Amino acid sequence: MRLAGLRISKLRKSFGTVDVLKGIDLEIRDGEFVSFLGPSGCGKSTLLRCIAGLEDLTEGVIHLDGREITDLPSAKRDIAMVFQNYALYPHMNVRKNMAFGLSLNGMPAAEIDARVRDAAETLRITELLDRKPRALSGGQRQRVAIGRAIVRKPKLFLLDEPLSNLDASLRVTMRAELSALHDRLGVTMIYVTHDQVEAMTLSNRVVVLDKGRVAQFGRPLELFHRPANLFVAGFIGSPQMNFLPAKIEEQTADSITISLNGTTLTIPTLGHAPVDPARPVTLGIRPDRLQLAEDGQLSGTIRLAERLGTENHLHIDLSTGDPVVVITDGTHPARARDQVRLRISPADTHVFDADGRALPRKLDPATEALISEPQGPADPA
Amino acid sequence: MTDARRISSRRRPGIAPWLFISPWILGFFLFTLGPMVFSLIMSLHDWPVVGERKFIWFDNYSTMLTQDPRFWESLGITVKFALIFVPLNIALSFLLAVLLNVKVHGTALFRTAFYLPSIISGVALVMIWKWIYSKDYGLLNYGLSLLGVDGPNWLGDPHWSILAIIIASLWGLGGTMLILLAGLQSIPKELYEAARVSGVPAWAQTVYITIPMLSPMLLFTFITSLISAFQQLTIALLLTKGGPLNSTYFFAMYIYDNAFKFHDMGYAAAMSWVMFLIILTLSMLVLKYSAAWVHYEGEAKGGGNG
Repeated sequence: MRLAGLRISKLRKSFGTVDVLKGIDLEIRDGEFVSFLGPSGCGKSTLLRCIAGLEDLTEGVIHLDGREITDLPSAKRDIAMVFQNYALYPHMNVRKNMAFGLSLNGMPAAEIDARVRDAAETLRITELLDRKPRALSGGQRQRVAIGRAIVRKPKLFLLDEPLSNLDASLRVTMRAELSALHDRLGVTMIYVTHDQVEAMTLSNRVVVLDKGRVAQFGRPLELFHRPANLFVAGFIGSPQMNFLPAKIEEQTADSITISLNGTTLTIPTLGHAPVDPARPVTLGIRPDRLQLAEDGQLSGTIRLAERLGTENHLHIDLSTGDPVVVITDGTHPARARDQVRLRISPADTHVFDADGRALPRKLDPATEALISEPQGPADPA
Repeated sequence: MTDARRISSRRRPGIAPWLFISPWILGFFLFTLGPMVFSLIMSLHDWPVVGERKFIWFDNYSTMLTQDPRFWESLGITVKFALIFVPLNIALSFLLAVLLNVKVHGTALFRTAFYLPSIISGVALVMIWKWIYSKDYGLLNYGLSLLGVDGPNWLGDPHWSILAIIIASLWGLGGTMLILLAGLQSIPKELYEAARVSGVPAWAQTVYITIPMLSPMLLFTFITSLISAFQQLTIALLLTKGGPLNSTYFFAMYIYDNAFKFHDMGYAAAMSWVMFLIILTLSMLVLKYSAAWVHYEGEAKGGGNG
């Protein structure tokens, strides 16, 4: 079957005895914007380099638009890549930087000229064409690097942390421009980042990688509201989700009752396979969903109150000794050493089994509708 | 008023900074500038090692340029040597550096092996080459005889002697190679990866990326090779003593002979100044015309992030 887009099957990559990628299976649709997100060392850059043909696979197959590209040299893969440090040729001016690869591959000068002019207009760098990279600012260099990718008219764009060398405000601007560029070109883009904000805001879908494996592949809001496991739940969202140890009291086909610090909670699920009641589970709840309330089920002491203006981050030690973070309104008077009670609503919680897998969470209809909105091209939802 | 005094006292830092740089200043005056000025004065004298010194203005220089065929001969041999040695030295160093930059097992061993001749004393090196070049017992002619070639008298034949010295000199290219290797390793590997992704063939990566990125090091090694070519003395002095038939009688050797054989210090000093001016002029010409092909990395003022 001919499938448009990128398909990766059973990809493994080892450096010597170190397994960096341990069996990756992905299908990325034509025209999609997908981020590879994960902490450093998770293998996201290696995976990108494998797709680019800059690393040889240890095992596995890669298809692009139905054509196998596993063993093709980079140049024949119909891809373009943007590097973190831009990798501009410092001794060539902007025009030559963009035209270099094309002219060596025998493209007619008029065609090259037209492509360079188009790309320069798209990126608003026409007036910089005769400058050397050292006379450009970081943001301009980034644009040139992207321009060098555009002129190749690739089927697939690979971007390796392209914004991480820019300062914070420029990063926000470039983020918006990248998004607009993707809309305009309509080409598949893969974007490696360790910044969850970039991944969440730019992507149609996000691949969260953990120690060389795909922890979850889904839409940004799906990762947030329905994380597949403890890793994704802890990685997405800031401050991090709170995790509390709990015991199973009772379970039905679509609910589970757990006991936590003397109180019991009955949590609805979307129907789950029975969980071994003898093993402990983990209850997860985001800091903005824990509420300070007189009649709350949990009690604790505020260790630290961070006031950020719009909101406060309260670091609370529960009476069981477990630490949690609670977000309150910025005007809330809570102070360190205050005794507080916290309320948990079952609908706001996540339950993870002893192996860290999430039980399918039942969401309220509004959230369910939000995360099911079609994301990007050819999204069946 | 008090303000003005405070500012002026801040502008006069006193003696401390001078004390801190005094070791260099003293060294420079005593061992570099001093001897240079002294040799300039010497060159304006008839200055025998023993006996009366006489101030003779520019007589040494005019004799050299108009009445001394040996001066022109030795200069010609030196220029010929430099013309062959400098390009070969840089080309071979570059090739070796490129080979040693490939990441395979044992590169550290080869790096050491190629640098080894550079740390051997020149005299010991010449002894080895004397044996290699020996007409009847030499390693080189033995090797050639295995191929059925009757090797020439390397050091005894005026046609081959300069070549023999060039080859022996090239043995010391370890230093040049090391500089170029360091240069190669400082080229960001992403430049090559970007080129690979855009389908730039390997030869073009060398021509359009490696060589321009390496150009400051190439310029540096070009100038230092030029200087060392003009100063060539040890190998010729010990290997051929300038012979046969003066075919390897280098400029530096003529200076050496004037000073220590003919005891004419004034004339030797004048020749040294001529050599200095030649090297200075050549280096300045190279530097001047290098702007066209040397690319310097580094941020333009006011560039950077933002």
